Amino acid sequence: MRAVGIIFSNIHDNNIPELVRVRSFGSIPFGGRYRLIDFPLSNMVNSGMDTVGIITKSNYQSLMDHVGSGKDWDLARKDGGVIILPPFGDVESNTLYNTRLEALKGITSFLFRADEEYVVMTDCDSVCRINYNEVLDYHIKSQADITLVYKKRVPISNSIDYGTTFEIQDGRIVNLSYNSPLENKQANVFINVFVMKRSLLQNIVMDSISHNKKSFTNDIIAENLKSMKIMGFEHKGFYAGISSLQAYYESNMAMLDSSNRNEIFGDRSVFTKIRDSAPTKYGNTAVVKNSMIADGCVIEGEVENSIIFRNVKVGRGAKIKNSIIMQNSVLGENCTLNCIITDKNVTVKDRVCLSGNDNHPFYVGKGIMI
Amino acid sequence: MIRKKKCVAMLLAGGQGSRLYALTNNIAKPAVSFGGKYRIIDFPLSNCVNSGIDTVGVLTQYQPLVLNDYIGNGQPWDLDRSYGGVHILSPYQGKTSSDWYKGTANAIYQNIHFIKQFNPDYVLILSGDHIYKMNYAKMINYHILSNSDCTIAAIKVPIEEASRFGILNTKEDGTIYEFEEKPKKPKSTLASMGIYVFSAQKLYKYLEEDSVAPNSSNDFGKDILPKMLNSGEKMMAYQFEGYWKDVGTITSLFEANMDLLGNKPVFDVADNSWKIQSRSPLAPPQYIGDSAKTDNSIIMSGCEIFGSVENSVLASDVKVGKGSLIKNSIIMSDVTIGENSVVEYAIIDENTIIGDNVVIGAPKETDKGITVVGRGLAISNNAKIDGGQMIESNVKGDN
Repeated sequence: MRAVGIIFSNIHDNNIPELVRVRSFGSIPFGGRYRLIDFPLSNMVNSGMDTVGIITKSNYQSLMDHVGSGKDWDLARKDGGVIILPPFGDVESNTLYNTRLEALKGITSFLFRADEEYVVMTDCDSVCRINYNEVLDYHIKSQADITLVYKKRVPISNSIDYGTTFEIQDGRIVNLSYNSPLENKQANVFINVFVMKRSLLQNIVMDSISHNKKSFTNDIIAENLKSMKIMGFEHKGFYAGISSLQAYYESNMAMLDSSNRNEIFGDRSVFTKIRDSAPTKYGNTAVVKNSMIADGCVIEGEVENSIIFRNVKVGRGAKIKNSIIMQNSVLGENCTLNCIITDKNVTVKDRVCLSGNDNHPFYVGKGIMI
Repeated sequence: MIRKKKCVAMLLAGGQGSRLYALTNNIAKPAVSFGGKYRIIDFPLSNCVNSGIDTVGVLTQYQPLVLNDYIGNGQPWDLDRSYGGVHILSPYQGKTSSDWYKGTANAIYQNIHFIKQFNPDYVLILSGDHIYKMNYAKMINYHILSNSDCTIAAIKVPIEEASRFGILNTKEDGTIYEFEEKPKKPKSTLASMGIYVFSAQKLYKYLEEDSVAPNSSNDFGKDILPKMLNSGEKMMAYQFEGYWKDVGTITSLFEANMDLLGNKPVFDVADNSWKIQSRSPLAPPQYIGDSAKTDNSIIMSGCEIFGSVENSVLASDVKVGKGSLIKNSIIMSDVTIGENSVVEYAIIDENTIIGDNVVIGAPKETDKGITVVGRGLAISNNAKIDGGQMIESNVKGDN
């Protein structure tokens, strides 16, 4: 394959502190049975890439457990495959990296060891299907030094992180602004996919070590808009950016729309760790409308407009609406939940009533009993 | 230290399952789907793993393609081992002779070298056509403690059904003194489950003798076991209590699936204390639409339900269109059902496509029987298939 893959599993931790308290960003559960890293990892596999490094930082036990040997992505290989790259700490200051560039400094040996000509780098903050081959072809054809992928969209409201936006002329990025409020106007929002020659990335990393540069976007991209040919590649398909808890909630709910669902899952090529659960069982008091329900559940109450993960029990008379219920949660009889996100292993006792708002879901932490 | 295994399991999976008709036209019986996500062979395989037996030979013969594919390297059952693990044993060509497996005993005899390479103390013989959860380790322990040469698992059956089974007549301590194959007037209701533990050396001896015996049908039940009893070997019955179902007929397969339904099911596959492992499909969670109804049913991932599903078992990636009704039925994986169709008291096999306004089957009360639609068929719009039919080719509707 032409390109080696690099996935940053921790780079957006500040966006959803609730969900990353006990896990890395890449292992945030999504869509009933997936974790966010499944989307970039599957995109890479489906683009024929067979060497992928995953850069971690902290709380990555759940990520390692999920990715394992890479077998479920067909990436358990003798030659290449998936490689988890634990953080490379600075012994003197006893700190871990804070920026993308610093993270890359820690994996120079991985970068040098690879023999692919190109590198595709991506984060775990988006749910989309991208064929990286198309990006690579565009990159090569346009003789770009660096190609960045963007999506034309109106940023999701009340997000703390508006992200990086591009001004583009004839495909070339001519200006870049970071985190400026956009007042609901459509913009070219960077979706954190980078394509370049591996040799260029190596040079950038070595140079930034010697000049103590910190930020890939500010010190490399923004500084070199004129001296390098930095192109923008538009992703035209479905895109959900996970930039806040609200965005996480809305992105999950977007999967209830059949056209979105078909685009992401229609050809059954989003891979994930396969766990065995019995099929889901519906009692004769179950009423389910417009919901996604994973295996291993026992549903005896009402579920509407919700995403239910594996092995969740919904008791008789319970009313679950507009909610995301993560795995192994137990919802008691006659409880009422509206606009709730429960993390894993949450217990809601009988007759408990909880409600958030659809522009501000209420989050219940892992293992909490209410 | 010489490596050895305490017990090697041999799973007889070559059965054609001719009484399952259309369901086994292209696949072996142990590969038939069960309970939405399983295949029949998952049960003996999971029982082995859960009982600590990690060396299993699977003897295939009839239409083994799906079965071989399904078992693969055994990874879903944790049987991808470097020493032991699951091995597919198909009939092979030898230097002096080559043959299909003539009977159950002959199948084991032809693979005696497979067993011997693990130098086991005990050999467990299983069949791939029953749904049950059983701890074989307990049975092997019973075999050891009772100093037995051959132990046969047995279950009490209703007296009126006893004449369908091989019946074991035992003394009080469980010692078998007589076999009766499908007796007209059974003396006991203790039926053989087709599960045998042999002390390995005894098994080798009787298999070798049987292989040269004239007029032998090379079958465990008909030849090996009676021979051992007549020669005075110690044979014990190990009584099993729990759910056990032979799914060799359409009716029994249907009933066993229905036993999974309900709040307190007759047979619980979801019980984590004895997990049934299987090769899981890669599909997104099921989607239940606005107009859907899901009543007392089991539904797998990848399904998209817009119609009504009542008292049914749906395997993965089944689509049920708006206005359609699935009632008292088993729908196997990748079946698409159009709009305003009715499927009642029926089994629809994998990959079949059913159009709009189709009627399949008749209510159970009509006594017409279970309707079966085979795999990979197309049932066009407006087609009518009456109760009790066995459909093995495409059906066109009248337009």
